[in-house]
Amino acid sequence: MVKVTIDGVEIEVEEGTTILNAARQVGGDIVPPAMCYYSKLEGSGGKCRTCLVEVAAGSEKDPRPMPKLVASCSTQVQHGMIVKNASSERVKTGRAGVTEFLLANHPLDCPICDQAGECHLQDLGFEHGKEATRYREERRTFDPIDIGDKIKLHMNRCILCYRCVYTANQITDQRVHGVMHRGSHAEISTYIEKAIDNDFSGNVIDVCPVGALTDKTFRFKSRVWFLKPMDAHRDCPTCSGKAVVWMFGNEIYRVTARKDKYGEIETIDGKTAWICNTCRFETKEVDKWNVEGPRLINRHSVISQNHYTLQNPLNNNTKNIQ
Amino acid sequence: MGRKLLLEHIDVPGIETFEVYRQKGGYRSVEKALKSMSPDEVVEEVKKSGLRGRGGAGFPTGMKWSFLAKPEGVPRYLLCNADESEPGTFKDRYLMQYLPHLLIEGMIVSSFALGTNLSYIYIRGEYLFVLEILEKAIAEAYANGFLGKNILGTGYDLDLRVSPGGGAYICGEETALIESLEGKRGNPRIKPPFPAVKGLWGCPTVVNNVESLATVVPIINMGADEYVKIGTEQSRGTKLISACGNLERPGVYEIDLGLSVEEFIYGDDWCRGIKNGKQLKALVPGGSSVPILPTHLITKTANGDTRFMSYESLSDGGFASGSMLGSGGFIAFDEDQCIVRNTWNFTRFYAHESCGQCSPCREGTAWMEKVLWRIENGEGTMEDIALLEDINKKIEGNTICPLGDAAAWPVASAIRHFREEFEWHIKHPQEAMSRNYGLLKGATV
Amino acid sequence: MKVEIVNKERPVLSEKAKAEIQTVIGYYPEGKSKSAILRVLHIVEEEAGGWLSPDTMDMVAEILNITAIEVYEVATFYTMFNLHPVGKYVFEVCHTGPCMLVGSDNIIKYIEDKLNIKVGGTTSDGMFTLKTAECLGACGYGPMLQCGKFYHEHLTPEKVDELIEACRRDEVKIY
Repeated sequence: MVKVTIDGVEIEVEEGTTILNAARQVGGDIVPPAMCYYSKLEGSGGKCRTCLVEVAAGSEKDPRPMPKLVASCSTQVQHGMIVKNASSERVKTGRAGVTEFLLANHPLDCPICDQAGECHLQDLGFEHGKEATRYREERRTFDPIDIGDKIKLHMNRCILCYRCVYTANQITDQRVHGVMHRGSHAEISTYIEKAIDNDFSGNVIDVCPVGALTDKTFRFKSRVWFLKPMDAHRDCPTCSGKAVVWMFGNEIYRVTARKDKYGEIETIDGKTAWICNTCRFETKEVDKWNVEGPRLINRHSVISQNHYTLQNPLNNNTKNIQ
Repeated sequence: MGRKLLLEHIDVPGIETFEVYRQKGGYRSVEKALKSMSPDEVVEEVKKSGLRGRGGAGFPTGMKWSFLAKPEGVPRYLLCNADESEPGTFKDRYLMQYLPHLLIEGMIVSSFALGTNLSYIYIRGEYLFVLEILEKAIAEAYANGFLGKNILGTGYDLDLRVSPGGGAYICGEETALIESLEGKRGNPRIKPPFPAVKGLWGCPTVVNNVESLATVVPIINMGADEYVKIGTEQSRGTKLISACGNLERPGVYEIDLGLSVEEFIYGDDWCRGIKNGKQLKALVPGGSSVPILPTHLITKTANGDTRFMSYESLSDGGFASGSMLGSGGFIAFDEDQCIVRNTWNFTRFYAHESCGQCSPCREGTAWMEKVLWRIENGEGTMEDIALLEDINKKIEGNTICPLGDAAAWPVASAIRHFREEFEWHIKHPQEAMSRNYGLLKGATV
Repeated sequence: MKVEIVNKERPVLSEKAKAEIQTVIGYYPEGKSKSAILRVLHIVEEEAGGWLSPDTMDMVAEILNITAIEVYEVATFYTMFNLHPVGKYVFEVCHTGPCMLVGSDNIIKYIEDKLNIKVGGTTSDGMFTLKTAECLGACGYGPMLQCGKFYHEHLTPEKVDELIEACRRDEVKIY
């Protein structure tokens, strides 16, 4: 075990743990935001640079500060390391810079984006963004395209986190989409018209931190904050069948995997609970699911507005944890 | 003319052939190292020579070698970085094109020192014609027993191959080079792990510049004790300088490190001054990514000391008043050149070459390019200068690899030393646009 | 950016190209044939008339036993590969700093006017394509251009005229 201090909070973690995961063990404000890292995807992280932190002391052995901000998702803790996240001005400036870069070419089309309300870029912009843009230039644009009959790709919104590429590599049998071109022309694409056709391809929607990959069966149907997310399961021959059904009245509007507070698909029975396309796209009938009950949603999330609160405000013991 | 350790026989007709090269004393270092030295002794010798990486970063080569992990039963690799793409740098191409055997010789000795049995020269795709020259020379080396099995009967085996790129500056970054050599996009890797531990195909790997590897030859031949007598305390030996821009006599020169900058620019043996009798306005001494120096900081440092061609003297004054030796890409600007236009040009280069993996570099370089283009074309505002400085700071140090820094430094230094020129451009857009930099009317590429 | 691609039949590789591909794959250890991709793309592009169609890239994927998307990702990353048809002679004029200082912009303008095309364009007879390139490592010998594998340095309008004439007479080596 190694001891590390993050924003003044001292914790012991296993050797080899990254700064980000050490912070996540504590939770709260000391956890840096992460747009590209995804603990369930091997090789992810390091790219978006939103999780940059300051290392004020490298280790007990070598207490020198690190000259540059480091990506907390890909830097391992050392015994005696002192990390500053929320308490560092340099981090705030750096992160504001990264946020500005990520938003520079972003269309800011939240009002018509299905991801709005559960978008990590929205959260990031809210916390670290400016009220106005300094970007006077013409924005980079791409036409939205279908990749398969159930998935829509809005490249304009993409932040090139590569999560969907890793997902296709690691949980489907053959990847047919990837990153084409380079620099500011880089784009997620199949290059030639090709449908992503695989039982698990829908998971790219769940790993996408922004509205670049969205579910066509849910497209423009509702806003996430009008829906009630319910934990549900069914017997599925392909996947674990453990999902979240998003309901309006007694109707299921969409189905997603179960995601934790960092937006990552939960581990259930020791396995990442990816769901199959049949569950996600083709099982919208309530009677096909065993609905377990309301999903716990962060009370700050727009999704929990007006949900699950008891009528009597004096007796407000609703479990809106996380 | 100065001493020549690398380019001694460059003018000998037929020196690109094994026969002539051998006649001129070629491959002696291979005989010496393989027959009379242990690999560790070769590493020690290179360490003692003080050789610093000639690709740009100037990291001590011997030290880099000593970091190489050597787990049992795992192959290791030596890769020669011949991806030379830094604007202003063309020395490696010159060396490989005219003295292919020198690089091969250096690679054999270095591979022996590191214990690798398979080494690659990763050459930029645009140099396919040089690749052919190298492969011809390699075939000769195989035929003469300097490559292949049991070299010179010493029991040492080495295969040497050339692997081309496809047009990407970023592949000069060592982990991007490794990715590219693995047949992937040239996206730099997140470090650690460093290549010395986990490089090509997950194996321990050393990546060295062409000139660094070629320099191993004279070091072994003459011995480190003799080699360290050349140059200065912190800059040992000779260095190839690619001189270009508005010089009377541009080209590749081998200098003793420590030659004065003034002598190099104006000396009869060297560049012979500025072309067409014009005045020197600015200098980029080490490839496009190093800070630009204004007239008064070129031949003298801020303290008034003579500026020398060495790692320490060119960086004297830090980024406030100094620059870097870098790759030795020596770009001179005459009095008619426009710093704004050049800064835009360099920034376009970095925006074009950004791999696009991390957001500060992908978005930041492209943004800077657009702002600079506006200023250059009469649509800039005073706020744009502050904006550039700010974007700059948010790229520098926050990226996966040094390309972000390389893109940020030229802009920061140009604004630092030539702020008035930026302001003039913004205040006098018509005049700035109509000023003729030797351009044909309408040439705006 | 929507990629509009004209599909084309796969090129028929010459025996020489096939042999070369086998040789270069052998330069890498067993199971690492993907490493040969850039070399193979160069060889195949030459065989396929100077550009890589999706069909051609699919063929490369089969040769190297990798997926097509891996080839697309690589081919679109490296700027030397043409993803659209080009003229017989592709002039890639370096326009980075050092070449600009010695007049590359003039050369580009001169070629544009001479051939009556813009950068990125191809002459109507399919003979010439004009492109710009970032630093080609000939900074001391600028202005310069690359045509096929070879460099043409110290360019002047007269030299450009000569080069174009020589191309028309089929006297310029490209590979």
